[in-house]
Amino acid sequence: MMNDAFDLRLTETHIEVHKFRAGAIVGSTFLALMLQAFIPVYIPKFAVLDLPLLITIYFGLSRRNPSTGLLLGMFTGLLQDSLSGPTVPLGLYGIAKTIIGYLASSIGARLDTEHPAARFATTMIFFVVHQGFVTLTRRVLLAEPEPWFTLRLLIAAALNAVVAVLLFAFLDRLRKS
Amino acid sequence: MAGIPSRHRSLILLAGVILLQVVLLAVQIKRDSQGRLLRVWTVGAVSPFQRAGAKGIGNIRGTWSHYFALQNTSRENEQLRSENDQLKLQVNQLQSKAAEADRLAALLNFRQAQHNVPMLAARVIGTSADTASRTIYLDHGERDGIRRNMGVITPDGVVGKVIESYRDTAQVLLLTDRESGVGAMLSDSRIQSPVGGTGDPLLSMKYIPTDETVNLGEHVITSGMDRIFPRDLPVGVVAEIKTGRPFQQVRVRPAANLQRLEEVIVLLTLHPLEQKKEPVAAPAEASKTVGGTAAVNP
Repeated sequence: MMNDAFDLRLTETHIEVHKFRAGAIVGSTFLALMLQAFIPVYIPKFAVLDLPLLITIYFGLSRRNPSTGLLLGMFTGLLQDSLSGPTVPLGLYGIAKTIIGYLASSIGARLDTEHPAARFATTMIFFVVHQGFVTLTRRVLLAEPEPWFTLRLLIAAALNAVVAVLLFAFLDRLRKS
Repeated sequence: MAGIPSRHRSLILLAGVILLQVVLLAVQIKRDSQGRLLRVWTVGAVSPFQRAGAKGIGNIRGTWSHYFALQNTSRENEQLRSENDQLKLQVNQLQSKAAEADRLAALLNFRQAQHNVPMLAARVIGTSADTASRTIYLDHGERDGIRRNMGVITPDGVVGKVIESYRDTAQVLLLTDRESGVGAMLSDSRIQSPVGGTGDPLLSMKYIPTDETVNLGEHVITSGMDRIFPRDLPVGVVAEIKTGRPFQQVRVRPAANLQRLEEVIVLLTLHPLEQKKEPVAAPAEASKTVGGTAAVNP
């Protein structure tokens, strides 16, 4: 199934599919989750960043395989849910990150997203879309009142996009040459 | 899947995975199940690293404060002596104001009244991995006697309650979480109303009738009605009042600094706590006891 997905991309585009060193994806995901749950103890403002989302976007854009992208998004989201405590039901971030993983790898297969400006723009859009799905899930499935759009969301999206540009450049080093 | 075009396979997988998670959400809501197994695994995998990180940061801070920062000790010592003299004068003035001692006396009273309530000092080693909920992880868990629904405080005031206890760590729902709440009352008028989180730094006191007088800066204390916290512990201070019908919209600034918690005290009891009324003690004596509350008490 995954080989078919690769075949499809190769016939449609000439964009390179990147492979990573062993353990890079699992290690980065685990580290992102751990930092997300640890650093805000000492730097509360850090909570505005969503490192697991950035990792999902990056590997989605780089691997360019929708199936692996959505599965990575699902696992990352479910682990984030499970670290967030009983007030966040399992699946809230899982659903949102599954969709982002799918979208990122689908877009990555069609557009060149290696340039920092492209990375900034895609991350910002994906952040807003991600929050949109979280809000949708909260409102529709959990019946919790949640605002659709706030200024804080826009600022958070911009901040995450800035961090993404730097983080993605660092993660590029984990690629197999 | 052999007959399905490859373009559609990932779409079908996407739909299946999302459907699965929607069902998972529905099951949790219907059965009030919280997927404990996955949470135990995840927390078990992450918490040792968090604990090590917290210890590492503590060591770095200790090294800094005990060695590098001592380079300026001589100059700072002179400055501190001067400040100390000024502070002594201020303390003498403050001691004459009995009202200033209310909050400290409440804690002293609590300490004396609950001398048989075991408490445990715990370090905060992690926070929630999302921005929507307000929870923290502690470096003690079931092995140390921490159970669900135990109260968590600091010497400044109420922090929240334990919502999940694992083997070596426990998760605390902070007062600021939108699902959090504590039985409270206004210290002057003694009007009772639950105080709950809103997801923002300020709390909400929801059921104060419009015809009741509430003053900015008025202290909000625990009422003991939630059967988790004893009476008269500081919850916060009234920070905003908006008129509304039939209830005023009262916003409360938490007494404890919930944005920056590093150490807390867990009340190791599930029995309803009762507050004995004790005479208000002198502020100086109260200060000593408040400081001592942070340690592990019998």
